[in-house]
Amino acid sequence: MLHLILFLVFGAICVAGAVNLLVQTHPINSALSLIAVMGSLAVEYLLLGAEFVAVVQVIIYAGAIMVLFVFVIMLLNAGIEERTKGSRVALLVGVPGVVLGSLLGAWVLLQHSGASSVSLGAMPGPPKEIAQLLFHDFLLPFEVTSILVLIAIMGAVVLAARPESVHVTKKEG
Amino acid sequence: MVPLSYYLILSGILFTCGVTGFLIKRNIITIFMSIELMLNGVNLSFVAFAAQWHTLSGQIFVFFVMVVAAAEAAVGLAIIIAVFRTSETLNVDHINLLKL
Amino acid sequence: MDLETFVIISVIKIVAGVIILLTAVAYSVWLERKVVGHIQNRWGPTRVGPFGLLQPMADGIKFLFKEDLTPPHVYKPLYIAAPMIAVIFALTSISVIPIGNWITIGPIHTPLQITDVNVGLLVVLGITSLGVYGVALAGWSSNSKYSLLGGLRASAQMVSYEVSLGLSLIGVLIMAGSFSLRDIVDAQGGTFLGFIPRWNIFQGQFIAFFIYLIAAYAETNRIPFDLPEAETELVAGYHTEYSAMKFAMFFMAEYANMITVACLASLLFLGGWHGWLFGPAWLQEILPVFWFLLRVFVFLFIYIWVRGTLPRFRYDQLMAFGWKFLLPLAIANIIVTALIVALRS
Repeated sequence: MLHLILFLVFGAICVAGAVNLLVQTHPINSALSLIAVMGSLAVEYLLLGAEFVAVVQVIIYAGAIMVLFVFVIMLLNAGIEERTKGSRVALLVGVPGVVLGSLLGAWVLLQHSGASSVSLGAMPGPPKEIAQLLFHDFLLPFEVTSILVLIAIMGAVVLAARPESVHVTKKEG
Repeated sequence: MVPLSYYLILSGILFTCGVTGFLIKRNIITIFMSIELMLNGVNLSFVAFAAQWHTLSGQIFVFFVMVVAAAEAAVGLAIIIAVFRTSETLNVDHINLLKL
Repeated sequence: MDLETFVIISVIKIVAGVIILLTAVAYSVWLERKVVGHIQNRWGPTRVGPFGLLQPMADGIKFLFKEDLTPPHVYKPLYIAAPMIAVIFALTSISVIPIGNWITIGPIHTPLQITDVNVGLLVVLGITSLGVYGVALAGWSSNSKYSLLGGLRASAQMVSYEVSLGLSLIGVLIMAGSFSLRDIVDAQGGTFLGFIPRWNIFQGQFIAFFIYLIAAYAETNRIPFDLPEAETELVAGYHTEYSAMKFAMFFMAEYANMITVACLASLLFLGGWHGWLFGPAWLQEILPVFWFLLRVFVFLFIYIWVRGTLPRFRYDQLMAFGWKFLLPLAIANIIVTALIVALRS
């Protein structure tokens, strides 16, 4: 009972945040709604027992990636977005289409759900067991993603650098 | 006891909100945030299935999705900054020339 | 223990924790003013009460009565919400910090900690990461160039040093084998060679302690890393446009973060609440709290001592130091600790 209530409360916050992201015109409000979505998703993970994933979601997603988004919004001084012809068409066609598709998907899921249900804390994810899996069975993806992050860092630095500084180093070398 | 389909429906709602945002929004940064919302919806269904099938691999995959999302956010925002420097606007309808 | 007792005890602990933390914040302000005053060869507050001990109360009344001015061109919702965000996250981190062992009052046997989460250390790190928002949003919503620049610099500095902070704690984790703060302290019990206590700082995490110390100074925006709020550089940085109660909230958040960082250092590196126990049983339950508070006081004193002594870093020196020196050193510390632990077992 408590599990259902908690799930519904935080699920409602997730959905409200997601809809608010669409409705708001200023990107900073959308960013803050997305942070609220990520926080309530972390609670949903906790309800499923994935404690380590929940805390990592807060640290990485809400605490680092969204900080990056907020930085860029602040630096580029993004203002309220304007309505163009393209956005009007997308609104008229896109929203009903997506709502229809999601209703269809939800109906199919409910039809085929069967009797499967998850209990509170169904799959406990203590860091020790996650580390066991991560460093034994999933070692190759782990190393590959670390190289991916290295490439992303180098790419971001090169892409965001001022064009003059690149030319200056070319002249010196 | 919460039926698994509830978690999947929540994940589906988040994903469709992300898709809707991607289609109807005109600000590049908001489009990017809709992509992150889609990835979060997918993460929720991974963890829900991990709970149902009692295997930790679902939670491990969530890590990889998060790492990829972080790398993609960093590079994407760097591209946005580079595009903004030349075209001075963040509205995707106005960035429609191949030569900036 | 049934549900109602558990809820009542938790509520009592939360209320007590918040009250104690806010009082500690007020008196750490007093301590700083006195100590910095003496370092600078003057008295500090002496007039309000004996030794100026009622000065925080006078300051609180002053902040309540000051004019709360909202400049006209700010982005109002975030302007009002930012100090609240800063204070909420600063006060939330007290919830997983244990201050002593289990105590028994009548039929109730409860730990001196609001909640012992399995991943307690990560919860504190997560709340530290979220604390960046208070600073960034305050700087942006104030709609003024000093605030924006100060806010951006402060949040970039906090984000950069968070990495070294987290990495310096991994050595401690490897030695303790658990993320729970209570387990980490329990792993530091006992002594070796008969008299040297088994604290992590003596068990090889000496460099990690200093990395943590430096990263903590940068995280809490204190000298020598307080360029974002230095008066001679940026008027007051991200809290330029704030007055009265909202400024007081930022002030409280900064000192509450300082106390949280001091508590963490005492738990992870200085042995928590282990110390000399003597006397009757009830005294033996109170003494660990006293030893813990003594360590926190020493750490805070070092904080204030450094503030009175060192000049501040320039911003590019600060960022270069964090990324090019502290981060590789922290990673090297992890590698060496992991090698030693793996080779030993």
